[in-house]
Amino acid sequence: MGPGYVPLALGLVLAALGLATVVKAYVAPDPAPGEVADVVPGDAVPGDAVPDDAVPHDARPDDAAPDPRPLAGLRWRPTLAVFAAVVFFALTVEGLGLLPATFGTGLLAALARPGTRPLQALVIAAGLTAASWVIFVVLLQLRLPLLGDGLGG
Amino acid sequence: MDLLDNLALGFSEALQWHNLLFCLLGVALGTAVGVLPGIGPTATIALLLPITFGFDDPTSALIMLAGIHYGAQYGGSTTAILLNLPGESSAAVTAIDGHQMARSGRAGVALAVAALGSFAAGTVATVVLAVAAPPLARAALAFGAAEYFSLVVLGLVASIALASGSTLKALAMIVLGILLGTVGQDLYTGTPRFTFGVRELYQGLSFVAVAVGVFGIAEILRNLHDPRTRTRMVSRVANLWPGRAELRRIVAPVLRATGLGSLLGVLPGGGHVLASYASYAVEKRISRTPGEFGHGAIEGVAGPESANNAAAQTSFIPLLTLGLPAHPVMALMVGAFIIQGITPGPDVMTEQPALVWGLIASMWIGNVLLVLLNLPLIGLWVRMLSVPYSVLFPVIVVFACIGTYSLNQNPWDVLAMAFFGVLGFVLVRCGCEPAPLLLGFVLGPMLEENLRRALLISRGDPTVFLTRPISAVLLTLAVLALVIAVLPAIRRKRDVVFAEDE
Repeated sequence: MGPGYVPLALGLVLAALGLATVVKAYVAPDPAPGEVADVVPGDAVPGDAVPDDAVPHDARPDDAAPDPRPLAGLRWRPTLAVFAAVVFFALTVEGLGLLPATFGTGLLAALARPGTRPLQALVIAAGLTAASWVIFVVLLQLRLPLLGDGLGG
Repeated sequence: MDLLDNLALGFSEALQWHNLLFCLLGVALGTAVGVLPGIGPTATIALLLPITFGFDDPTSALIMLAGIHYGAQYGGSTTAILLNLPGESSAAVTAIDGHQMARSGRAGVALAVAALGSFAAGTVATVVLAVAAPPLARAALAFGAAEYFSLVVLGLVASIALASGSTLKALAMIVLGILLGTVGQDLYTGTPRFTFGVRELYQGLSFVAVAVGVFGIAEILRNLHDPRTRTRMVSRVANLWPGRAELRRIVAPVLRATGLGSLLGVLPGGGHVLASYASYAVEKRISRTPGEFGHGAIEGVAGPESANNAAAQTSFIPLLTLGLPAHPVMALMVGAFIIQGITPGPDVMTEQPALVWGLIASMWIGNVLLVLLNLPLIGLWVRMLSVPYSVLFPVIVVFACIGTYSLNQNPWDVLAMAFFGVLGFVLVRCGCEPAPLLLGFVLGPMLEENLRRALLISRGDPTVFLTRPISAVLLTLAVLALVIAVLPAIRRKRDVVFAEDE
């Protein structure tokens, strides 16, 4: 049994399951993902007869019918901004240091929410940088460079 | 009575006022850091561990560590329930129903049930530990590679119950999780797999990065796509305390979970991971309203939290009798043992009985202090939900980045978190749930290691899994569980087909 044995076997199983999913989607489709994954069972009473999908979650106000395509309601701004925020931290934490990385990540993340104004995002990012410094550096003594080599820290 | 003497010795050690104080301090610190969104229990313990290094008295150091451990776990459960941010494998189970409870305004109830269930389980498991440590340790030795393989297979199949949607997709998620677990160097040959030449991937993907990604970051993306969720959540924070009826509902699940957790915790090297998943699967299976699971079932919080705590207690048995840490937190504890000049293993119990039993007693006391400290604070934690989301989610993103990075000082872990965040979001939108994926990821390496070890020992003879009795029973159970899981789906499909025929 070599190192590739288990991954190969798993890959074959996964491919078979994928095929089965495709076939099943034609024969007996699952309920639309909006109903499965995004259901907010907020009304708490189990077995409650009132379905939560009266207003589809992904629908913009102007279209009322649920869209069966899983990625139909995907919005680029929040998705890209949150992704970019995390990637920014990964790329800068060692070169630029903790403070610039935190500030940039906070700024990008704050901008992910549609409707957040730039000034508001700046305030959030600044506050967050200060808070991280107090919590992680002052209180927890985490050994991270505050300013990286790239900034002469 | 040996056992009672041992416990009495332990309590006399742990109840010394300075040890009590350290325990309280540990619980408070652990909770305070653990509830930071994005900082899970493992990260919390790793962050706070150095505090105990300076202590002269090893008993005090380890007792404080036990406090930190409980505080961190509870803090981690808090963020798992409130924000869907599990920092370790067991909290991922709590998050499934706990977060749904929070969404429907029952966050306080979920938090209280988690604390009370853990406390009850911890109490029972402490007694189990005192009474049954030697025979349980002998039983654990009967488990060879083949038995472990079969146990993991059973656990994986049972974890289909974690998903409330399609069985087929849940199976696919499990397999995908196992595959993700194979990233990194192969254990036996050292051959790098799926590393794409990136040296940072040789040690595999970080669990924390995957968990925080597929649950936490994906949850943020989901909320940003649906702002309605948030307003609803905040406006509906109602009753903080479980009612009498709810308390009565959790008694049986807590007891079952305690038994299950105590047994699984004894197995060295991984039983602990299965405890909370197994308890969830059992509760869902025997529940009269299985449809409620995944949508805020109180048993889905009480069971796994109790099982996890019971297993945490009994996982001391392999640690003390065999010197084997059962999970990352235990490994950190072993590190602390060694720093204090004590090598864990069979000898510790005879050479340092005061220390060992003091630690066990202190874990129970840590539990008591945890409940006393945190029940009054539940109102405060729940208020975390009333922070405007435009402020809360950047905080989660930044803290998650810092926490994930600080574990290994590896920026690749943070990159992986970003990747798994988007992947988790897309999967959820496709009706694939992240919990089975995470379990596959945790258990995958164990599955492969024991499969290959068993086959090596048997010289490639696969019948070894069926000729060894324990292994055969476990595999039979797994097949049964699979059939039971798949049958309703087939029946439902046939109903659909028949309905179309008419």
